[in-house]
Amino acid sequence: MTSSPTPQAPPRPAGRRAPKLDERLAGYKGVWVFVEYERGQVHPVSWELLGEGRKLADTLKVDLAAVVLGPPDPAIRASCDQAIQYGADLCYLACDPVLKDYRNAPYTAVLTELVNRYLPEILLLGATTLGRDLAGSVATTLKTGLTADCTGLAIDAENRGLAATRPTFGGSLLCTIVTLNYRPQMATIRPRVMAMPTASPDRTGRVIEHPLALVEDSVVTKILEFVPDNHSAEANLPFADIIVSGGRGMKRQENFRLIHDLARVLGAEVGASRPAVQAGWAGVDRQVGQSGKTVRPRLYIAAGISGAVQHRVGMDKSDVIIAINEDANAPIFDFAHYGIVGNAMTILPALTQAFTEHLRTLKRAC
Amino acid sequence: MHIVVCIKQVPDSAQIRVHPVTNTIMRQGVPAIVNPYDLYALEEALRLKDRYRGRITALCMGPPQAEAALRKALAFGADEAILLTDRAFAGADTLATSYALSAAIRQIHQGLPVDLVFAGKQTIDGDTAQVGPGIATRLDMQLLTYVSKIVSLDLAAREVVVHRRSEGGVQVLKTSLPALITVLEGINEMRFASLTDMFRAERHRLTTWNKDDAHIEDATKIGLKGSPTAVSKVFAPTATNRRAEIIETQSGQPVDLAATLVAKLFSQRPEVALAMKPSSTHDSRGSA
Ligand SMILES: Cc1cc2nc3c(=O)[nH]c(=O)nc-3n(C[C@H](O)[C@H](O)[C@H](O)COP(=O)(O)OP(=O)(O)OC[C@H]3O[C@@H](n4cnc5c(N)ncnc54)[C@H](O)[C@@H]3O)c2cc1C
Ligand SMILES: Cc1cc2nc3c(=O)[nH]c(=O)nc-3n(C[C@H](O)[C@H](O)[C@H](O)COP(=O)(O)OP(=O)(O)OC[C@H]3O[C@@H](n4cnc5c(N)ncnc54)[C@H](O)[C@@H]3O)c2cc1C
Repeated sequence: MTSSPTPQAPPRPAGRRAPKLDERLAGYKGVWVFVEYERGQVHPVSWELLGEGRKLADTLKVDLAAVVLGPPDPAIRASCDQAIQYGADLCYLACDPVLKDYRNAPYTAVLTELVNRYLPEILLLGATTLGRDLAGSVATTLKTGLTADCTGLAIDAENRGLAATRPTFGGSLLCTIVTLNYRPQMATIRPRVMAMPTASPDRTGRVIEHPLALVEDSVVTKILEFVPDNHSAEANLPFADIIVSGGRGMKRQENFRLIHDLARVLGAEVGASRPAVQAGWAGVDRQVGQSGKTVRPRLYIAAGISGAVQHRVGMDKSDVIIAINEDANAPIFDFAHYGIVGNAMTILPALTQAFTEHLRTLKRAC
Repeated sequence: MHIVVCIKQVPDSAQIRVHPVTNTIMRQGVPAIVNPYDLYALEEALRLKDRYRGRITALCMGPPQAEAALRKALAFGADEAILLTDRAFAGADTLATSYALSAAIRQIHQGLPVDLVFAGKQTIDGDTAQVGPGIATRLDMQLLTYVSKIVSLDLAAREVVVHRRSEGGVQVLKTSLPALITVLEGINEMRFASLTDMFRAERHRLTTWNKDDAHIEDATKIGLKGSPTAVSKVFAPTATNRRAEIIETQSGQPVDLAATLVAKLFSQRPEVALAMKPSSTHDSRGSA
C-alpha cells in the first residue's frame, strides 16, 4: 500500500482522480441538503436536491440529511416533516429569531457550525441568489472545494468521491470537477436541473434540533425592508408547466404577439431566446438558457429558435418539445419531439386555433 | 474614500468555437476582454467617486497579458491599477483565487485604507460567482451580493444602504463599511472613456505584484496547490439519438399541419393536456 498523502504532498494535477482520502477526513459521513426556507416557504429546489441527494446517499450507503435554518415559527417544523417525506432520513433544525430573513453572516456562521459539528461528506445547495451567496462564504470558511451550478452529480465508484458536472465555455462543453483532499465536498445546483421527487407521506425520520443563541446586536447587516416581487408581473418560468418561446426567427416585436396568443390559449408562460430578449421583444426574466433560466415544463414550444447549445441546456429536460422552424436542418429538430417545418407567422395562429378547438371539445366531453 | 474594483480578463465567449470533430476548444485568436459583469462594478465605483471623491484601485489577477484589462479600467477612470501576476497563481480555483486577491487587498489597504470592494456578479468563463463571497469572508467584510442599486453611502457614519435581489423580492439592506459589493448586470450604463483618461491609461505605469509583493504568507494556498477542486474531465454533451417527428400533411397547409400536430400530441402524450390551463376569461368567453 502506498502511504496516504501528507497535507504537504503536491495535489494531483487536473485530469486525474482524487487521491486516497486522508484519514482525518474519513470521519466525514453522509449527504446533506441545505433547505432554503424563507418567509414561511421552502424553495422547491431544496426538494429537487433531496431527490438527487437520496440517490447519492443510497450509492454511498449513508444517511441523507436535510438542514433547515430559520426563525422559530411553526411552519419551519412542517418543513422538516416535508424534507423527510421528500427523502431525508433525518433533519437538522437550527432556529433563532436572528435567522428570520436571510443574511450572509449569521447563516454562514450557523451552517459552518453544523458542518463542523456533524461532519457531512457532501453538502448541496440550490444555485439561487441565497444558495450561491451562502455556499461561497461557507466553503471559504471551511476551506473546502465548491463546484458551481452543476447539471449532474455522481459518485466515483473507485474513491466514493463526488463527481460534479457543469457546463463550461458558454455551455458548449461539460466538465466534471472533483474535490481532492478536502471535506465536505460542496456543490450548488440550479433550480429545475434535477427532477422533483414525489413526497411519501408515510416516511419517517428524526428531527435533530441544534440549539442556538444568536445575538442580533452582533449582526452588522440590517434588513430595512423586503419588497416582494409583483408576482402577477414577474414570470416564473422555471416552474411553469407549459412555455411558448420565440426566438430571432420571430423577426419583429409585433410578431411576438402570436407567441402570446398561443400562450394564453394554453395557460402558458412566454419564454424567449437571448437574441429575442436583447431585441427587447421579451423581458430579461423570460430568457431561457445558459445565461437565463433553466426550465422543465411538460410542454415547450419553440418558434423561430435554432436550438443553439446555450438555449438547449436550459430547456432540453422538458417532457415534450415542439419546434417550429422554417429550416428543416435547424439543430432544434435534433432534440425536439415534434417539429413543423414552416413559417412561424402562419403556423402559430393555426396552432392557436387548433388548440382552442381541441380544448373546447375536451371541456365539452367532461 | 478608497474603492478596490476586482477585474478579471476573460476570453470573449461569443467568439469561442468548439472544433466540430475533436470537440476541443479553439482558443487561437479568441480575443481577451474585461469580464462584462466587472464593467458594471467599475461604473458603479466611478459613480460613487463622482459623488464623494476618493480613489479607485483596479485589481486583477492573471497572466501578464491581463494588463490590457487594467488599462481599460484606467481609461474609464480608475486611478490606480495593480496586476497580480506570478506563475505560482496559475491553476487556481475559487478558494485559491480569493486567497490571493484578499492578500493583495490587505496589502493595498496598508497603503490607503479600503472602504469598499466591488466585484462582478460572476464571470463569463468560470461563471461561479464564488470569488466575491470568498474575498469578503476572508477579509471579514460585510458581503452584499446581487446588488441592483446603491441607495445611499454615508462616509461619516460609515454606512451603506443597498437593494439586493433575493428570491422572490428585493432586500433593502444597511450595513457598515468596509463592505464587498457584487453588482447585477444592468445596474448602470457604462460611460465612455474620456480622451484624457485614455491618454493617461496609455502612459500609466501599472503596478505589478508577484506573490511576495502581495505578501502571500502561505504559498501552499495559491494556484493549483491551493485548490481543493480539480477538473477530472472535459467532454461534449451527448447527442440525443432523438430526431423530431416532422409533421407532414398532403396539403402542407398551416391549418392541416397544426390540426395533425395537436391530434397527435393529445393521443400520444395525453398527460400534457392536464397541464393546459387556458386563461379563464379568454376561454369561457370564447366557448360560452
Ligand atoms: C456565453 C453565452 C451565453 C448564452 N446564453 C444564452 C441563453 O441563455 N439563451 C439563449 O437562448 N441563447 C444564449 N446564447 C446565445 C446562443 O448561442 C444563440 O446565439 C441563441 O440561442 C440563438 O437564438 P435564436 O435561436 O433565437 O436565433 P438564431 O440562432 O438566429 O435562430 C433563428 C431561427 O429562426 C428560424 N427562422 C427564421 N425565420 C423564421 C420563420 N419565419 N419561421 C420559423 N423559423 C424561422 C431560423 O431558421 C433559425 O433557426 C448564449 C451565448 C453565449 C456565448
Ligand atoms: C470551465 C471552468 C469551470 C470552473 N469551475 C469551478 C468550480 O466549480 N469551482 C471552483 O472553485 N473553481 C472553478 N473554476 C476555476 C475558477 O474559474 C477560477 O478560480 C477563477 O480564477 C475565478 O473564478 P470565476 O471565474 O468563477 O469568478 P467568479 O467568482 O464568477 O467572479 C466573480 C467576480 O470576482 C472577481 N474576480 C474573479 N476572478 C478574478 C481575478 N482573477 N482577478 C480579479 N478579480 C477577479 C471579478 O470581479 C468577478 O466578476 C472553473 C474554471 C473554469 C474555466
